[in-house]
This record gives sequence, C-alpha cells and structure tokens, in this order.
Amino acid sequence: MADKVLMKGNEAIAEAAIKAGCRHYFGYPITPQTEVAAYMAKRMPKIGGTFLQAESEIAAINMVYGVASAGLRVMTSSSSPGISLKGEGISYLAGADLPALVVNVQRGGPGLGGIQPSQSDYFQSTRGGGHGDYHMIVLAPSSVQEMAALTVKGFELADKYRMTAMVLADGTMGQMMEPVSLDFEVTPPPEKPWATTGTEMKRKHNIVNSLSLVPEELEKLNIARFERYELVKQNETMYEEYMMDDAEIAIAAFGIAARVSKNAVNEARKMGIKAGLIRPITLWPFPDAPFKKAATHVKEIISVELNMGQMIEDVRLASECKVKVSLCNRVGGMIPSPEQVLDAIVKASK
Amino acid sequence: MAKLTFRTDNCKGCGLCVDVCPKKVLQLAPDKINKRGHHPVEAARPDDCIGCGSCAIMCPDFIIKVER
Amino acid sequence: MIVYDKPHALLDVPLHYCPGCLHGVVHKLVAEVIDELGIEGKTIGIAPVGCSVMAYDYFACDMIEAAHGRAPAVATGVKRADPSKVVFTYQGDGDLASIGMAETVHAAARNENITVIFINNAIYGMTGGQMAPTSLVGQVTQTSPYGRDPKLCGYPIRVCELLSELEGPEYLERVTVNSIPHIRAAKKAIKKAFMNQIEGKGFSLIEVVSSCPTNWGMTPQNALKWIEEKMLPYYPLGVYKDRSNGEVK
Repeated sequence: MADKVLMKGNEAIAEAAIKAGCRHYFGYPITPQTEVAAYMAKRMPKIGGTFLQAESEIAAINMVYGVASAGLRVMTSSSSPGISLKGEGISYLAGADLPALVVNVQRGGPGLGGIQPSQSDYFQSTRGGGHGDYHMIVLAPSSVQEMAALTVKGFELADKYRMTAMVLADGTMGQMMEPVSLDFEVTPPPEKPWATTGTEMKRKHNIVNSLSLVPEELEKLNIARFERYELVKQNETMYEEYMMDDAEIAIAAFGIAARVSKNAVNEARKMGIKAGLIRPITLWPFPDAPFKKAATHVKEIISVELNMGQMIEDVRLASECKVKVSLCNRVGGMIPSPEQVLDAIVKASK
Repeated sequence: MAKLTFRTDNCKGCGLCVDVCPKKVLQLAPDKINKRGHHPVEAARPDDCIGCGSCAIMCPDFIIKVER
Repeated sequence: MIVYDKPHALLDVPLHYCPGCLHGVVHKLVAEVIDELGIEGKTIGIAPVGCSVMAYDYFACDMIEAAHGRAPAVATGVKRADPSKVVFTYQGDGDLASIGMAETVHAAARNENITVIFINNAIYGMTGGQMAPTSLVGQVTQTSPYGRDPKLCGYPIRVCELLSELEGPEYLERVTVNSIPHIRAAKKAIKKAFMNQIEGKGFSLIEVVSSCPTNWGMTPQNALKWIEEKMLPYYPLGVYKDRSNGEVK
C-alpha cells in the first residue's frame, strides 16, 4: 500500500496537479481556496514550473487560456465570487475547445456572501457558468483523497475531450485534513497538433479561436461540440451507490453533504429503515441511471444540499418524476447535520 | 527602370498610394471597376516611376509590388 | 531587385478593413519585422476583440484570438509556456486602454517579456464608432454625439505616459503611420520592440497613432491630416521609456 500523507484538501489538489504534469498555475487570493495558490507558490519554482499571482481572476483565467493554447496542462483555482469573474474566460476556453482545469472551492453567496462552505454554485458549474452553449466536466470530491484523485482525472478528461474540467469542492473539503495517497497512474497528455507552438515553417499556421461570424458554421461547431459531450456522458459519468440494492428511501448528495448523509444512512439502517445513498461524482454529466433505477423501488428521494435546492432539479429529471423528491438543506455556510438528515429519512419512511 | 505590379482585385481604391507618389505616376482607374467594386489603382505614367517604393509602403492592402 | 513586396509573414488574402484604414500598414510593418528577424516559425500573435480580431486570418504565424482586453494575460500564458517563443499582441485603444487596462498595466509592471502593438485611433471601430478612452476632447462619436465632454467622461488617456511611470516596462514608444517617414520610424520602433523580447529585455509597447476614416467620417487623405493636426498635439511622438538605455521621457 502506498504511503499516505496528512494533507489539507486544498494542498492535495495542488500536489495532485503537479503529479498530473501541471507546471503552470495562475490564481488570485480568495478564501477558502488560497492554500492552493500558496502551495503552488512554494512548489512550482522548485520543479521548474510557473506560479504567477495574477492581477485578477479574469487575468488568471486568460493566462490559463494562453498556456492551454500552447498545449500544456494548466490550472487555476478560486472560490465562488472569483469563479464568476472567470466565467468569461471559461466560456472562451469552451469556444476555442481548449483543455484546462478550474477548481472552485465554493463559499456561500450570492454577492460577496460568506467564507463558509456552500454548494450554491451547482447551477453555475453544471450549466456552464458563462455565456453560450457549453458544458464543463464537473467533478465533486467527497474526501481529501478524492480531491487529489479527481484533480488528476480532471486533467486527463480535459485533454481527452478538449474541454474545461472543474473540481467543484467546498470550503469544508478544502480545509479538511485527511491521510491521502498521491501515488497515481497518470495518463500523459495526448498529441496536440492544434496547439499554437509556432509553425517552425513546417506547417500551415494554427489558430486558436472562438469567433465564427457565419451562422451556418457556428451552428456546426456547436453541434459538433455537443456530439463530443455525448461521448463524455457515455464514457465518463461517475457515481457511488451506498446500500441502494434494497433501499426504500434514497438520499442524493455530493461532496460534504454525501459524507454527512452516509452517517445518517447508517443510523437509519440501525433503526431498521432501509435507506441508501446515491452520490454523483460527476455533476456534469449527471448520473441519471442510478436515479432512474431507484425510482422503481424507493418511495422517496431526499436531495441533501448546501443550497436552496439546485441538484434536486437534476434528481427530479433523472427520476422522471416517478417518485417523490424532497429537499433537506442548510445554506449560507451552514452544513446539514446527520441528525437533520436522519430526521428527514425517518419522516419519509412513515 | 522601375516596374510596378498590382494585386488589382484586392485594391480598395483608397488612393493613399496616389497621393504619396512623388512623381504622380499612379491614378485610380476612372473607367475600371474591380471585383470589390472599387476603382483600382493603375500606373498612368509608368515611365516616370523611379522605384522609390513609397506607394507600396503606404498601401494598407499590400497590393503593390515594386521592382527596380 | 525587389523594392517592395508583400511580406512572407502576411498571407496573400484580402484584408477586411475599410478603404484607407491604417491597420493594414501596421500589419505589414509587424510582418516585415518578423521576416527580417527570421522568427515567423516561432512567433505567436494574439489579437483580441476589436477591428483586428480577425488578424488570425492574415498573419502566417500561429495566432490566437482572445477575449476583449485580455491579450496581455493570454500572452503571459503563452510566453511562460515556452519562453523561447516570440509573442506579440495587437490591440486597439478600447481593448488596451479601457476594458483591458488592468491586464496592460500589470503586464507592463511585471516587465512581461512580450511585444505589444497598440493601435490608437481614438475610436471604437468595429462596433461602429463609439467614444474610446483615447477619443479627444470635443471629438464627436456615436456615444459622444455632442463632442467628448470632459466634465461627463473625463479626459483621453495617454498610455505611453501613464505606463512610463511604472518601474517595470522596458520600452515604450509612440509612433504614427500617416506618412512615409513616419512609417519608416514606426517600423524601426516595432523592430526594436521585437528585438527587446528576443534579447530577453522585457515588455515593449509601441503605440501607433492611427486613423479610422470611416468612423471619423472623412476621406483616408483627410484622416492622415487629422492625425497630424489633432492627434499628434495631444499624443506627442517619441520614446517614453527605454530602460536598458536609462531613458525616461
């Protein structure tokens, strides 16, 4: 078994990125993700990489755009208000079909909100976040180990599908310390013949671009992009099912909410209530299949979220309204307790 | 002897080359219209050209080649 | 002997610019410099939103289109990905001095080793002639229909002077391209800006006072005169910073 080290979630993301071959990080300070930047600032110069504190989130994401254009693995990280600023750049990355990794360690909003954990950027991340028709691959870790593993996975998927992957964590996941193994098999980046690395006078010039003024052409580009998204849906959808085989009550939860919910499921089982948990690991693409299946045998699905009810819409869509779907939530930086979730399970079971 | 060649199709007829020519060699062809719908430049007095290249340097659409 | 022909670093395609627009002249100068330095194969150009956003169809080197104002940040990424490459941005006044002012100032402050070609024609061309951060006091545009009123919207920004206050940048020069001698001087400046990057000296910005006959509402010929009579008194030509030579205007 590989050696484990005790790390904060934010640091695990940073070290995993380095393991994945990322040598360029651009960011701007914002709580509760600043440890990612601080870690990179220490490590990058020692391994011949680049850490640069940008003048803004907007500049940071555009520096990412530059490195991605040059064909290298690159990342930025931020928290909710900063991600809004990056929205423009993320849309341009999508329009130019550039691979990149963006980390969002969410905090409560809207506006400046607070600095405590939240999952209120679910809509923003799963629907794209910026202007235009596009998606990001959204990965939702639920442990420090997953913070690291999904960071590596994010780089690999970004390269594979030429799109932005987002690790969508929250303040708790970022600040939490757990033992983590950083012993990963990393798929190296593919050849990128489209990258703007200079023609060397050997080929026609490459163009990285999201502008397309001919509507017929722009339509084709959008359709082709969504055909690629279909492949992502088919090949990369990830989720965990816990005690779902005979479940009568299902919990839907991701990230920190899933950890809390797992405790509640265990307590419910002790009380003789057949509860189970479906934990989406990819929020986009959303795992429809386990919810569709659950709808055939559970009497209620409870969506546990740190927001006013965002993922619940996808749960309803996935279960095709064949079963009651309810919300159990806290917001503003508050986290539902296992007791709160257990109460919801007990109520649903009656 | 200087020689002028024009990428006539790309000329937008702005006339900047005409004005900058020290020998008044060029004119916008009054009786010709190119594919873009402009009166393109032509050498009205080619024998006067001294091959200084000013017209080509001034032309925003690099339509003039100057040889000497 | 060829006195002048299309530079190799420009593709043989028609430009979309209006008749008499000086963008083409500056494109040529950049391409001539790329040819003369033999760097086409390792040059990456970045053109953000503005009239020159489609420059990627014109230059023969690798090209990137960028979001409005963000070219210096994108260039920072490209250059840091591989410092052996030559990276230039080609930006207009709205792009560089309004929406992208932060990116401009900070790239200069970092002395980012890139070359910035800044076209100042005192107007937003692509969107049809709105007031730019460099529009002159009294200048009539679509969004200053009674003339730019400094009480309402302040004064035009002199970018070279502003950046010259920074410790960071290596080279700042303002040139124009409204006459043959000025074009020759502009080329010299642009060449120096590329040379500085190749020599690792850092951030060089060449501000080119240019024209927009269409949106200024005048003939190309009168636009050249307007540069001389109206623009240059407010935007004096010259070197504003040449750090390696200890020169600060």
